[in-house]
Amino acid sequence: MAALSLAVSASGTVLAAAVGVPLGALLGSREFRGRRLLRAFLQALYGLPPVLLGLLLYLTLSRTGPLGGLHWLFTVQGMVLAQFLLALPFVTGLTWSAVAGIDGAVKDTARTLGAERWTYLFTLVREARAGIFAAVMVGFGRAISEVGAVIMVGGNIQGETEVLTTAIVKETGRGDFALAVGLGLVLLALSVLVFAGLTLLQEEPR
Amino acid sequence: MSARPPAPHPAPALQATNIVKAFAGRTVLSGVSVGVGRGEVHAVLGPSGAGKTTLLRILNLLDAADGGEVALDGEPVGIARAHAPLNAAQHRARLRMALVPQKPVAFKGHVFENVAFGLRVRGIEGDEVAARVDAALSRHGIRALADAPARRLSGGETQRLAFARATVLPLEYLLLDEFTANLDPANVKALEQAARSAAHDEGLGVLLVTHDLFQARRLADRVTLLVDGRVVESASKGEFFEAPKDPRTRAFVAGELAP
Repeated sequence: MAALSLAVSASGTVLAAAVGVPLGALLGSREFRGRRLLRAFLQALYGLPPVLLGLLLYLTLSRTGPLGGLHWLFTVQGMVLAQFLLALPFVTGLTWSAVAGIDGAVKDTARTLGAERWTYLFTLVREARAGIFAAVMVGFGRAISEVGAVIMVGGNIQGETEVLTTAIVKETGRGDFALAVGLGLVLLALSVLVFAGLTLLQEEPR
Repeated sequence: MSARPPAPHPAPALQATNIVKAFAGRTVLSGVSVGVGRGEVHAVLGPSGAGKTTLLRILNLLDAADGGEVALDGEPVGIARAHAPLNAAQHRARLRMALVPQKPVAFKGHVFENVAFGLRVRGIEGDEVAARVDAALSRHGIRALADAPARRLSGGETQRLAFARATVLPLEYLLLDEFTANLDPANVKALEQAARSAAHDEGLGVLLVTHDLFQARRLADRVTLLVDGRVVESASKGEFFEAPKDPRTRAFVAGELAP
């Protein structure tokens, strides 16, 4: 169950990073019409309630929904999709901020030395790596700690789609507070370990 | 692209023609034409605020302009668009030149990786990078700093790093913006020697902008005076300093800072 929690949230976060980091870097690398509007929209999604996203995904993935053909409702794939969508605005928006915040002189230097398009974006990502690292960590934090989306989409099926957060809800409902608290401690330990490990991996800022 | 036929024998030069540029309603450049040929040092002199930096940035296709054109070896590449990537012809032109700014900055990482940056962008890898970067670091007296964090260098070291980072590349034109401002005499001398050598020994076209008369005298083969966004006079060094035609040039050469 703890392993599934970690696997689902890590997968969702890795996918969110794979999409959100290049997208955020691209958005932060240039000026375009509608930039402020898009940014406001993205930041509004920071406040998206997971249970609402879960409901929308439930309707989308259910047999009669537009993506019903995927048969992802009550599956691990559906849960990964939900956490991917929850983490994506954070990863994209915070990467955008990190890249937009790079010193203009550094950007000019990259360009005058020949970086353009992909090589330019790659340079920006490297220069903003501390901020992007933080963006991905926030995305993972959003994923590992939420319960609303995975419980709606996964259905909390024991041995199949039950993760730590949903199990805590279930055990509390059944009155088994000792087990619920125990699961909570496991979740807390898992989260702390992952964040401590990632922080140690990160280079010293300079 | 315009349909105009290319000049029959275009002189190898980086040329800006009729550049017009305004910032927030203030005209910075009003129809400036300046170029530099291979193998020469061309100094654009002028007081602060004359539009020198803006001109260099437009030549390097870093900034947009409101009018005019940039051409490389007779081939027009237009003007960069604001906040947009370059087109293919402009990017090919960009790869043949580099600008060293007045206040250079280092990328994150070590000195070696900083100097290797442009080589890697050009797809050069492995032993060739190491050999070229080593040679450039030695040439500029910073080989001992190869593994030092680049953002911890002093001002003079950072300026040398910036110079090495540009000249390590297979360039044809080098644009220098007040490249020795605020440096001590030893660093000034080393960098001026490097600029002279780039032009006279390696055949690069070196265009430098400066407000320093003495630097222009020491380095330039050709001198242009830019005042209030207009070219006042452009001549060989001898003519410019010994027999200037325009009274404003005479005043500037005589040390009156506001001609």
